[in-house]
Amino acid sequence: MRDNPRTPAAAPVRPSRRNLLFGTAAAGALFAAGCTSNENNDSGGDSADSRQAANAADTKPGKEVTIGFAGPQADHGWLNAINEQAKRRAKEYEDVTLQTTEGSNDTAQQIGQIETLINKKVDVLVILPADGKALTQVGLKAMKAGIPVVNLDRVFASPQAYRCWIGGDNYGMGLNAGRYIGEKLKGKKNAKVVELAGLDNLELTRQRTKGFDDALKNYPNIEKVGRQAADFTVESGQAKMAQLLQAHSGFDALWNHDDDQGVGAERAIQQAGRDDFLMVGGAGAKRAMQAIKADNTVLKATVLYPPTMAASAIDLARALGQGKGVGGLAELEIPASLTLYSAVVTKDNVDDYLPTGFS
Amino acid sequence: MLNQPGGRPGSATPADAASADAVPTGTAPTGTVPTGTASADAVPAGAVAGSVAVPAKAGPPGAPAGGPPGGTRSARDRLWSLGGLRNLSLVGVLAVLVTVGGLTKPDEFLSTDNLQLVLTQASVIGVVTVGMTFVITSGGIDLSVGAMVALASVWATTLATQDFGLGGILMCAVLVGLGCGLVNGVLIAYGGVVPFIATLAMLASARGLALQISDGSTQVVTVQPVLDLGLPDAYVLGVPPLVIIFALVTVAGRLVLTRTTFGRRTVAIGGNAEAARLAGIDVRRQRLLLYLLSGLCCGIAAFMLIVLTGSGQNTNGNLYELDAIAAAIIGGTLLSGGRGTITGSVLGVLVFTTITNLFALNNLQTDVQQIAKGAIIVAAVLVQKGRTSHA
Repeated sequence: MRDNPRTPAAAPVRPSRRNLLFGTAAAGALFAAGCTSNENNDSGGDSADSRQAANAADTKPGKEVTIGFAGPQADHGWLNAINEQAKRRAKEYEDVTLQTTEGSNDTAQQIGQIETLINKKVDVLVILPADGKALTQVGLKAMKAGIPVVNLDRVFASPQAYRCWIGGDNYGMGLNAGRYIGEKLKGKKNAKVVELAGLDNLELTRQRTKGFDDALKNYPNIEKVGRQAADFTVESGQAKMAQLLQAHSGFDALWNHDDDQGVGAERAIQQAGRDDFLMVGGAGAKRAMQAIKADNTVLKATVLYPPTMAASAIDLARALGQGKGVGGLAELEIPASLTLYSAVVTKDNVDDYLPTGFS
Repeated sequence: MLNQPGGRPGSATPADAASADAVPTGTAPTGTVPTGTASADAVPAGAVAGSVAVPAKAGPPGAPAGGPPGGTRSARDRLWSLGGLRNLSLVGVLAVLVTVGGLTKPDEFLSTDNLQLVLTQASVIGVVTVGMTFVITSGGIDLSVGAMVALASVWATTLATQDFGLGGILMCAVLVGLGCGLVNGVLIAYGGVVPFIATLAMLASARGLALQISDGSTQVVTVQPVLDLGLPDAYVLGVPPLVIIFALVTVAGRLVLTRTTFGRRTVAIGGNAEAARLAGIDVRRQRLLLYLLSGLCCGIAAFMLIVLTGSGQNTNGNLYELDAIAAAIIGGTLLSGGRGTITGSVLGVLVFTTITNLFALNNLQTDVQQIAKGAIIVAAVLVQKGRTSHA
């Protein structure tokens, strides 16, 4: 089921997605399954109808739904992909009209934009807040106005401010990165690991680091010897990685939180002429996946933070607007929260994930 | 420098000099009114004469003198030597940092690799700071430097530009920088827009345009000569090409500011633009040229950043404006104009880069780094103040 969260974007591979779903439905992590089984249902009416809620959403045109979408300014690859995924997904449905706002990183501005959408009386709102806590009030306002809110990724401070939250798992990202590195270095005595974190001002960075540290605790032979925080930009990635390389003349593995800053980090590694360690990325950029596939750099894996969640959010919003649940689950209503799985993309499975990579 | 001939007698005590430092005449036009005519006469004479006469070295390293004769000369010498002391105190800060680095991480810190690293990391922002120093010295400000670097780096790494190879990328980056600088300059010099506002507007639009061109994605450079320029094989006698560019820009900037008519005019309009105008300096043209110069530096910096990171991204140059201003200020350039030192600015940049390096080598995290940086800025400025008042 870990494959599911990203598959919504991969329209051409629907049959295999269904197989994946069935293979993993028993696993019990029903939230993620619920999310994707909505997609699964899209692919045809022959799926396990008996197991689905009678009113599950499907691809057949239904009641017209106007979805308001408000996201931050798409100033880097991942956010750009979020917008793309949402727009593309909305286009696939005949019955969905998408009203998007200008992306903004300014809290006040984003509040204004969302209020405009509320005044326009859209049926459902999908909100990726620039700052989750700061936008809680406007989420509450929308809910009070009777507009269900799908809160995307950055969570509001109050559960009353959204009907459904869907997002990535930052802690899980760190956990899986740590596990992957732990398994790779298993049996190696006094293994050293360094971490190139993202923007330290963000809570998500701390969660990623915590997950990473927790995973490494399972491997007593590994010690994290260094950590520096870049700020998700190529420039900072290069600068901080160069410092890390200078500080640690030998280490066995590196986890870089973000593939965007990874462009700079890999440049620094190249400039330092180092190749004596393995590198794991984060987020899942197309460029990183191509490098993993080519297998000619230190980059051997990347941990996903799937932007396809935006497409899933549109699915959820549509289901909400049509008053339907999601397929594949017994529930009549869509879940209140969906945490996506942070899969580790390696050379072995990179082909499955390449279509979801963002540039 | 303008205040010296007009406002202060040559016999001023050091304390007076310090207060003259603290209260630049340019900011308070009324203060200069009584002596307006006199200074208008004296200053341009100094400015022009200074450019003609061969400047003599005087006082601390890098403190050029030369200029108007008589009583004004000693006042000016003293001012320059104060600038030298400023540099000296920054050298002191740098020495402390190096000592700390040498004690805490001797192997990593005191190595050729690390010197290359620090200088390389300082080079991009260093070039930007040189341009910024000119603008601030003239009494202006350029908030758009980071955005110009971003725009130039994005524009120069589009697939269309990459077709033209290294030359095309370099040309494009420089032209975009100059273009933005031209817009800034025309708005400020001929449009009457306040520098703060004009460059703030440029900051917003250049970032927007960079985002539009790149569509938020990272544009990876595939032109091999450009990539090679940032790799160890391209180092000349162990000196990275980026550091060489940085050094050349620094030397050129220092010469232009201290030894040319252009530099003296820059200082003159920063000290008192009205007096400079009355003295026959084409203030508007000078301002236009200064913002062009800042744009040029940003274009060069953008190219360097492309070489350094092997890519162009619209988030490049984040907060460069603040870093450059901070470096210039702790270097001893007056935010209100009228005095500027390229050497000081470059030392300021080196201090910041060394701090970052030192903290990273000791595995200190962002929070500690930021706190310490703030403290060190305050300390550096206080040390300077102390030195100036005791000079």
